[in-house]
Amino acid sequence: MSEGFDLIVLTLAATLRVATPLILCAMGGLFSERSGIIDVGLEGKMLMAAFAAGTVAAVTDSAWLAVAAAILASTAMALLHGFACITWRGNQVVSGVAINIIAAGLTVVLGTAFFARGGQTPALEPEARLMPITLPGAESLVGVPVLGPIYRSLISGQNVLVYVALLSVPLTWWIVGKTRFGLRLRAVGEMPLAVDTAGISVSWLRYRAVLLCGLLAGIAGAYLAIAQNAGFSRDMTAGQGFIALAAIIFGKWRPLPAFGACLMFGLLDAVAIRLQGVRMPGLGEVPVQLIQALPYLLTILLLAGFIGRAGAPRAIGVPYEKEH
Amino acid sequence: MSAAPRRALPPWAEIGLLPLVNVALALITVGIIVMAIGVDPLRALNLLVVGALGSSEAIGYTLYYATNFAFTGLAVAVAFHAGLFNIGGEGQAYIGGLGAGLCVLALDRFLPGVIVVPLAILAAAAFGAAWAAVPAWLQAHRGSHIVITTIMFNFVAAALMVYLMVNVLIAPGSMTPQSRGFEGTRMPAMHEVLAALGITVAQSALNLSILLAIVCCVGVWAFLWHTPWGYALRTMGHNPDAATYAGNDLKKLTMIAMCLSGALAGFVGVNEILGVHQRLVLDFTAGYGFAGIAVSLMGRNHPLGIALAALLFGALQQGGAELAFEIPAMTREMVVVIQGLVILFSGALANLPRPWLQALLARVRRA
Repeated sequence: MSEGFDLIVLTLAATLRVATPLILCAMGGLFSERSGIIDVGLEGKMLMAAFAAGTVAAVTDSAWLAVAAAILASTAMALLHGFACITWRGNQVVSGVAINIIAAGLTVVLGTAFFARGGQTPALEPEARLMPITLPGAESLVGVPVLGPIYRSLISGQNVLVYVALLSVPLTWWIVGKTRFGLRLRAVGEMPLAVDTAGISVSWLRYRAVLLCGLLAGIAGAYLAIAQNAGFSRDMTAGQGFIALAAIIFGKWRPLPAFGACLMFGLLDAVAIRLQGVRMPGLGEVPVQLIQALPYLLTILLLAGFIGRAGAPRAIGVPYEKEH
Repeated sequence: MSAAPRRALPPWAEIGLLPLVNVALALITVGIIVMAIGVDPLRALNLLVVGALGSSEAIGYTLYYATNFAFTGLAVAVAFHAGLFNIGGEGQAYIGGLGAGLCVLALDRFLPGVIVVPLAILAAAAFGAAWAAVPAWLQAHRGSHIVITTIMFNFVAAALMVYLMVNVLIAPGSMTPQSRGFEGTRMPAMHEVLAALGITVAQSALNLSILLAIVCCVGVWAFLWHTPWGYALRTMGHNPDAATYAGNDLKKLTMIAMCLSGALAGFVGVNEILGVHQRLVLDFTAGYGFAGIAVSLMGRNHPLGIALAALLFGALQQGGAELAFEIPAMTREMVVVIQGLVILFSGALANLPRPWLQALLARVRRA
């Protein structure tokens, strides 16, 4: 039992590590989308944040300054998105695509100009990174059956940003579901006219949602560059922003199911590496690419109504015009 | 916090001035970024123009890049006119290239190139169209949002291609994931064709696919503005209810628009696979699908505008490569930044200069 059990614990720990940027991005995107602003630009925000984190960590050797820079960069992109979509009522998808493409280009352009390493930032020393934290008693309790190994390998020994990501879920659930701000946020995504009639600013609400999205996507980017990896490399987000978007849709725009989707997609990613070349009984060799494409395929099936119905906020993607 | 209500400009300003100002804003931003990384923008511009147009080889490459941009720009525009946003050009181009490649790999040992090439072009169109048809069908019949589905299809296409190239189509004994080379089948290179006509130009990647792109520009124009189908399609884009009231089947129109769009994107595969690589390779789409959004927005979704925008982006792509060679601090990705900024200023922020232009025009009229 012990070897199989260890494997499960380690796979779950890997799942958590892979899912962390997805969770942060999904919670961020959820704020934006529930307020009625489509966020196709999660990928770009996260990439800019990762670059900012990698750069600042390399220059200052300070991990926390790097996190701050990541949040700043991502929030700046979020503000740009808000400026285009809320103030100027531009097409939200077009704005998101623009942010993704600008980020893909600008990170390499600036990275090459700063460090001349083909778009990469210099490899970081452990002091400039956020490293895994060992919780008290992790080693001494390892003798406890079942719970000991779980505590040591799964609960303890994770990066501080993994805990932040896990904390962001109940926080998002509480803010969106239980606070006055959350109620208004949901209302503005369903029927902005009603919110406007009540004398509450639609724009200001949506700006706050977009900024929260920038904050969380920024932490996700910092995680990629200075926690999961030791520096920024070009296109390092590799579609994870879109998987987070898929998770939001898969979770039907609700925090806890979206969190579940992130964990599922993270698990798929974690087992994809282990399943490479393994023959499954009755199936033969499962192509890794199929497992990698599964989050997208599942989301397509969900959107098509083959796995339940995805209920998007009703006013999503529609710019609000006060002069109606 | 909200901008002034949207008022129309006079038509000449709407069609001519506003788009120019939008592009100018994007280019000014680029200039600021170039200056910020310590490069003289005027020197960069000079190198860029020489790099793009300074020799017959440079012009050849500029036109070769423009061919790809024209295909994906037209693809985005056709869907846009029907009120659909096709972000899946990247995947459709990828699968289109797969179609062209599979066709050639199956036939090139039995049939002469003159027969295989047209068949491969049709295969590229068919595969590209098929890859767009699924999201179109899902939107028309199941209510899926086409933006999300086409994004997801890009990733599925990429995974599918990696699987096929690594496991199925890889040439025996090859270390890199690429198929065997095509035998006697390829899109003739432009310098060879011109040499046969007695005109000498330098060798470049430019091939006869550019003629296909020109045919597509004219064809899209004729289809959209001079056929009943095109009229119905544009009606749907302007007002779906009106299109229904006029007796159109919106589901069918969605399918037509997206299949055409996908087929046009698939032609990138003709230029790349039949024209340049002459074997199936990975990653030949290189962002052309996304750049098509910039091309289409800049060209105001009109084939003539798209042709001009494609030429500009082709020149930027080629000139940018030369620029990166001359100034080490600059990279080719500067072109990607420009594409993104054009999408931002010509697309999402298209109305930004409007109040300012209105005030300016009002002042001119008073004076």
